[in-house]
Amino acid sequence: MNKIIRNLKLFIQGFLSINLIWFIGYLVSDTTVIPNPIYVYKNFGNILTDHMMIHILYSLKRIGIGLLLSLLVGIPIGILMAYSQKINRILYPFIYFGYPIPKTALLPIAMLLLGMRDGSKIVIMFLVIVFQVIVSVRDSVYNIDNVLYQVIQSNGASRWQMIWHVTLPAILPQLLTSVRVSLGAAVSILFFVEGYGTTYGVGYYIQDAWSKINYVDMYIGIITISIMGFSLFALIDYASDKLCKWNR
Amino acid sequence: MVKRMLFLDNVNIQYKTKNETWEVIQNLSLQIKQGEALIILGSSGCGKSTLINALAGTIPIESGYIEFVKDNDRKPLTPKNHTIGFIPQNCGLLPWKTVKDNCLLPLKIHHKRVDEKKKQEIIKIYEALNISHLLNKYPKELSGGQVQRAAIARAFIMKPDLLLMDEPFSALDAITREEARELFLNVWNQNKATTILVTHSIEEALYLGNRIAVMGTEKGEMKYFMDNPYLGKSYPDDTNYLNTKRLLRDMLKVEERKETVE
Repeated sequence: MNKIIRNLKLFIQGFLSINLIWFIGYLVSDTTVIPNPIYVYKNFGNILTDHMMIHILYSLKRIGIGLLLSLLVGIPIGILMAYSQKINRILYPFIYFGYPIPKTALLPIAMLLLGMRDGSKIVIMFLVIVFQVIVSVRDSVYNIDNVLYQVIQSNGASRWQMIWHVTLPAILPQLLTSVRVSLGAAVSILFFVEGYGTTYGVGYYIQDAWSKINYVDMYIGIITISIMGFSLFALIDYASDKLCKWNR
Repeated sequence: MVKRMLFLDNVNIQYKTKNETWEVIQNLSLQIKQGEALIILGSSGCGKSTLINALAGTIPIESGYIEFVKDNDRKPLTPKNHTIGFIPQNCGLLPWKTVKDNCLLPLKIHHKRVDEKKKQEIIKIYEALNISHLLNKYPKELSGGQVQRAAIARAFIMKPDLLLMDEPFSALDAITREEARELFLNVWNQNKATTILVTHSIEEALYLGNRIAVMGTEKGEMKYFMDNPYLGKSYPDDTNYLNTKRLLRDMLKVEERKETVE
């Protein structure tokens, strides 16, 4: 309970300080590009008439499917790389090389191959997250104490039981940390991938308002996407707290 | 006639790296009776942990055989054919499971149902090892001695055909170690699992074993066997006890000297 209050305090403090900087920016600059934050919040009711919930759900769907695919692909690959030297030798150079490539640079290719709809958007999300997942899974499997396997192997555990009881729980804390980091990147990439081929999504909402020179709505979109990013962050933190009690 | 339970016959174990292969254990033969606690004394690096791991089924043997008689049925010793309890040096509790889940995991792996009678048995073991109040804690929240007791409980709950222990008490401080040994012996006496324990502590060997073997540094050769009359007793001043202790120390020392000459 104490922790919730502490986090809430942190949230409010951060929220207020960012808005204070924004407000100062509004005072010192004389441009419509930085509107008065108070005026923006007064118009926050626009999210209802603009059906913001639908935009949020579309964005979450794209991130969610991208995340799910990355986990489904990344976890087995990470485990295989850790267990088999042969597979590691083949895949590691590819991962090592592919990891730092800015995935947004691949957007034109994805668009050409998969079209302008959700396919290309989800593929970019997937690429942003999956490398992180593979690397963190592989490294945390490396760190598992061999004795843990030996004990349950001597109890007669099958390979699957060993993965279920030892490998998967062992990789969870680091996996959640890396998912948290890569979700942050995924949210920021929404802005790019929702700039084409759709009329839904928070990224689209911001760009639409921007092109209409409706700065109030643009700011509302920016605030919404920020809160979305923050909420995903908090959600993973919460999950990590619940699932990795043993690690505290 | 006493029926032998565990047979090792001409067992060879090798370690392999990419370029090298070396024999850790060569032509080891050994028999252990049911309900016996054999303590294997050896200095570090003599291959005693390797032997324990081979018995636990976690490293393969190169040649020879390891067989176990259960219900008049002689079969190769494997985790599938038999129930093997293994307590490694650091106890091997899974950090992400509570003490209780750790203790019940072997039963779960063997798909054994826990009926009312078994439940009572389990509670008795918890009580004997004084961990009843720790069941919902994670290993990280326990002291070294508590982790030790939980690991012992886990091993006995599965009613092992064979109990293997690799320096199980060496990480504890002196007082905790004495307590843990005493508790262990207590539970062992009630459950009489056939046990092999490896250690480098002579006192531990004399306190916990009814047979003691000294393992040489040369390819796992067994240098010396003795029946131990001092199981569960400590006679720090008794002449015979001290003589036995000295004898064992000399056996170990000869080995160490040989090692340094080479």
